[in-house]
Amino acid sequence: MAYWATKIGYFSICLLVVTVYGLLLAATIARTMAKVQGRIGIPYWQPFLDIIKNLGKRTAISHGVMFFLGPVFRIAGGIGTLAFVPVLYGSEMFGNFTFAGDLLLAVYFVFFGQLGMALGAGESGHPYSAIGVARGLGQMTAFEVPFALAIISIVIQYDTLSIGQITAAQQGGFEHWTLFTNPLATVAAMIAFLGMTGYSPFDVVLAPNEIPIGPPTEFHSSYLALMATNQAIFAAAKLVLFMDLFFGGATNLIELVIKTWAIYMVAVVVGAAFPRFRVDQSIRFFLKVPTLIGIASVFFVQTLLVH
Amino acid sequence: MIHKDQSLGPLPNEGLSPEERDLFSNARPTLYEPYPLEVVEKFVNWVRANSLWMLGFGTGCGAIELNPLMTSRFDVYRLGFQPRPTPRQSSVFMIGGYSSVKTLKRIVRSYEQMQGPKFVVALGICPVNGGMYWDSYNTINKIDLYIPVDLYITGCMPRPEVLLAGVLELKKKIKEGRADGANRYVENFDWYKANQKRIIKDWNMPDYNW
Repeated sequence: MAYWATKIGYFSICLLVVTVYGLLLAATIARTMAKVQGRIGIPYWQPFLDIIKNLGKRTAISHGVMFFLGPVFRIAGGIGTLAFVPVLYGSEMFGNFTFAGDLLLAVYFVFFGQLGMALGAGESGHPYSAIGVARGLGQMTAFEVPFALAIISIVIQYDTLSIGQITAAQQGGFEHWTLFTNPLATVAAMIAFLGMTGYSPFDVVLAPNEIPIGPPTEFHSSYLALMATNQAIFAAAKLVLFMDLFFGGATNLIELVIKTWAIYMVAVVVGAAFPRFRVDQSIRFFLKVPTLIGIASVFFVQTLLVH
Repeated sequence: MIHKDQSLGPLPNEGLSPEERDLFSNARPTLYEPYPLEVVEKFVNWVRANSLWMLGFGTGCGAIELNPLMTSRFDVYRLGFQPRPTPRQSSVFMIGGYSSVKTLKRIVRSYEQMQGPKFVVALGICPVNGGMYWDSYNTINKIDLYIPVDLYITGCMPRPEVLLAGVLELKKKIKEGRADGANRYVENFDWYKANQKRIIKDWNMPDYNW
């Protein structure tokens, strides 16, 4: 009993730290983009104010049970991803609920939130929500292929389904990182990561100015506050997952901040440089080169590393 | 708390056909109560003033002056002010100039879909008294008769500097708790509805767009 109380207490601290970090990361990226455009940009605390403002709205309407459950599923997806990914390698406080098969569960949770959101947005009845959901699920199905192939590849490589053990195998110098021992899987997963973050060229789901922000069009007040909180948690959890799997994990918070920031900047730089894909273009893109890279990485580990 | 107007019963929704009436809410809007603790209300008002999400309604030429606000020269983002594409999530409704009879219907719908507390800012001279369109057959003269305006930024057209000053003024009003146009709308709901229906002839929507 005391064990679980400690675990849950530690996870609450971890969740708080990750939420604050995710919100600060979003503000930092927005400020960086503003500097590129010659602006000052939003204050660092703007995401926090937006969430409090949305919680402080005096009215909220509901379109039904699923509309209410959509953001709840979404945040369950974010917290669930975080719960089974060890944030710091070797740390008891930031170790979370890691266990032998946590990789499968974490990968499942990455996509769980979007499915829940699709149901919630569907019930809102807004046509733009339906278009956004259709695009989002289409694109998700496509970038899941290279991502799943990359996961299969590293599972064969390390012969384990535990994120903790995969991170442990990468300790002892950067030449042990998956980035260098299995570069093909890393490349395939990072291209899938571009699709997951929803930055341009894969931002056709939210598509501001085209279908006014897509699935969350009808969500407001506390629903939106919940989704904004989840966005921070989920972004940070995904970054931690990628860091653990491909970039050697982190042993302290400073290393965590530097590595996750660098991984996030990949998506930001690509997003700043490329225009938006249409959804059929992005699906074709994911199913061609990244999928071939993923298949190649599976062959690579199967033939060269294992035998 | 139940507003006194609740005693007037549900809205008739006479603009809808009988089979459509079941699909829409007929509840009246209610007054927005402040938080019981004054310090909480003051804090939340400060947050509201620093997180203004704007729904730009580009009805007229004034909307062209909104765009420079987002660029590097004026950069309104640093004041916590940013555009938002959907009325559900916005708190500031910017009427970008004159409003024709046709757009008034959309203005009313969009305004009612916004979640309170909500603030209306009208740009230019046209929403004040009609401006150069004061005798036009299809342009309304005074927007305040149809939705409650919290702040006018007048001029033909108001320069971005004036808009920035207007944003700061709106923030001041919100912090002091004086931007209560949404409550005025609820208190004088029947009067506003009568005014709207006098102008909008093809009223085929519910009496309040929840």
